[in-house]
Amino acid sequence: MSTSEAAVREQLTRALQERDEEIADRWVALQLEQALLGTDISEAELREEADSLIDALVPGLESDAPAERVVTSHPGLHQAVVGLSLRRARSGATPTATSLAVLALKEALLKAVQRETRDAEELFATAVFINRLLDVAGALSFETYVEGREEIIRRQSQQLMELSTPVVRLWKQVLAVPLIGTLDTARTQIVMENLLQAIQDHEALVAIIDITGVSTVDTAVAQHLMQTVNAVRLMGADCVISGIQPSIAQTIAQLGIDLSTILTRATLADALAAAIKLIDGPGPGGDEGESR
Amino acid sequence: MTQPRPVGVPILRLGDVLVTGLLNELDDRAAIAFTEELTARISAEGARGVLIDISRLEIIDSFVARTLMELTTVSRLLGARVIVAGMRPPVAITLVELGIELVGVETALNPEQGLAALGWRQAQEPLGGSRRGAAR
Amino acid sequence: MALPGDSTVASRRPKPAPRAGDGEAGVPVTRQVTHQVRTEEDLLAVRHAVRAATVEVGFGIVDQTRVVTAASELARNAYVHGGGGSLTIEQVRGPAGRGLRLVVKDDGPGIADLDTALTDGFTTGAGLGHGLGGARRLMDEFTVHTGAGQGTVVVATRWTVR
Repeated sequence: MSTSEAAVREQLTRALQERDEEIADRWVALQLEQALLGTDISEAELREEADSLIDALVPGLESDAPAERVVTSHPGLHQAVVGLSLRRARSGATPTATSLAVLALKEALLKAVQRETRDAEELFATAVFINRLLDVAGALSFETYVEGREEIIRRQSQQLMELSTPVVRLWKQVLAVPLIGTLDTARTQIVMENLLQAIQDHEALVAIIDITGVSTVDTAVAQHLMQTVNAVRLMGADCVISGIQPSIAQTIAQLGIDLSTILTRATLADALAAAIKLIDGPGPGGDEGESR
Repeated sequence: MTQPRPVGVPILRLGDVLVTGLLNELDDRAAIAFTEELTARISAEGARGVLIDISRLEIIDSFVARTLMELTTVSRLLGARVIVAGMRPPVAITLVELGIELVGVETALNPEQGLAALGWRQAQEPLGGSRRGAAR
Repeated sequence: MALPGDSTVASRRPKPAPRAGDGEAGVPVTRQVTHQVRTEEDLLAVRHAVRAATVEVGFGIVDQTRVVTAASELARNAYVHGGGGSLTIEQVRGPAGRGLRLVVKDDGPGIADLDTALTDGFTTGAGLGHGLGGARRLMDEFTVHTGAGQGTVVVATRWTVR
């Protein structure tokens, strides 16, 4: 090849330095034209993104990294692409639109180089180089976008779970978690984590898990309930389970799950009464254990 | 064998109760040294209760769990009741998932409650300032 | 290799994230650091390193504790039963999210009866006998390669998203 990569890089760097305004304008225009954004990212914001990415490209090209490694190996450039993609993900753009937007920069760059040279071979070499350089950016953008969305989904489902499993303070040093609906492993895990944290925060001595609103319990869930009770005990508090429906009591018996070591009560009110008794339990003087 | 590192948690004596704690940086040798020192003190001082603050432990693996369980058993044989206080929530969850329930080990939410269970009460109110009626 | 006594046990939670092969192939590894497990000080150092890696990967405090505890169990096994070995921390990326993989190797006598070793309460050393089985419960994926006289390799992974 008569046009060396070094020459192409130099050419591109010059275009980026001298025609940065022009490239940014064109890139922003192309993105607006694509009209794929479907978001409320303003033209000013697009322009800002474009400026920071173009600024980062120049030092990126100075590195020795091969074309397809430039974007991933230069921290500033990597950051610019990641930042842009995350912003799109948060504002609700589609992943396709996001990576297309990044890829549109190719056209803007090539146009700028075209203004410098008409030599077909040179242009071809430049086009190939730009492709190698920015295809990676498109892929990185897509990947980042997907990760960003997942992060959002994860946070939302976490919030939803926390909303559906509130820990309430019923009495001085008595907490309760009323569980409603279907219990699965993920939810019982959250219940356990929230409950233990609340016990520590409130210095609670008794935790009541009320399952009046729970329709079914399987072995896995029963096991998790047992684990929760054990974890509460390890922390130094007591646990009462209330509101076991007759059908669930039967299931538990049929599954052969041993809940005999767990304090259970028919209703939340009974459980609260039991809890208060537990707190006042040690009796006047509170010095049980002296007789050991 | 090199000298065991100091465990770094002094064993304090409050009446007939010994108060101590475990640090996160507990290696096996330190754990053994700790057990030995504590049991020696129980026996020498005729302690009736032992409070071990574990609120600084960021993890409890099966080795530390075994140390705690053995300590409890040995102390009981020596006539002292052990209370382990202040286990962090993530540690409790992990222990339960490991399948370790620390059978026989008494726990308390924090050192204050552990001490209360061992028969210690809050300091007496200053003269004339009784906030609560009957003492619990 | 199908030597007599060569045994492998793999377990995975229902709904696994990605396929993880047996630790060498499968999902991309973004960072990898190997620590020696030769002394008791190493056990502490390994714990610190694993803790730092769990923070870096983005685990919550409970998951951090699970992974560090599992690492502590596995490293202790390698130290006590395997006469020392190594623990490699790999940050991995699966289709559903990031993860941390622990590869614990020793050149010890190996585990003659793996099924029994994975049973709670079974121990040949100082511990509760919950080491291997317990560590398996704390991780999402868990593979053991071992056999009498050929050392032991445990590969255990936990994912941020399950």
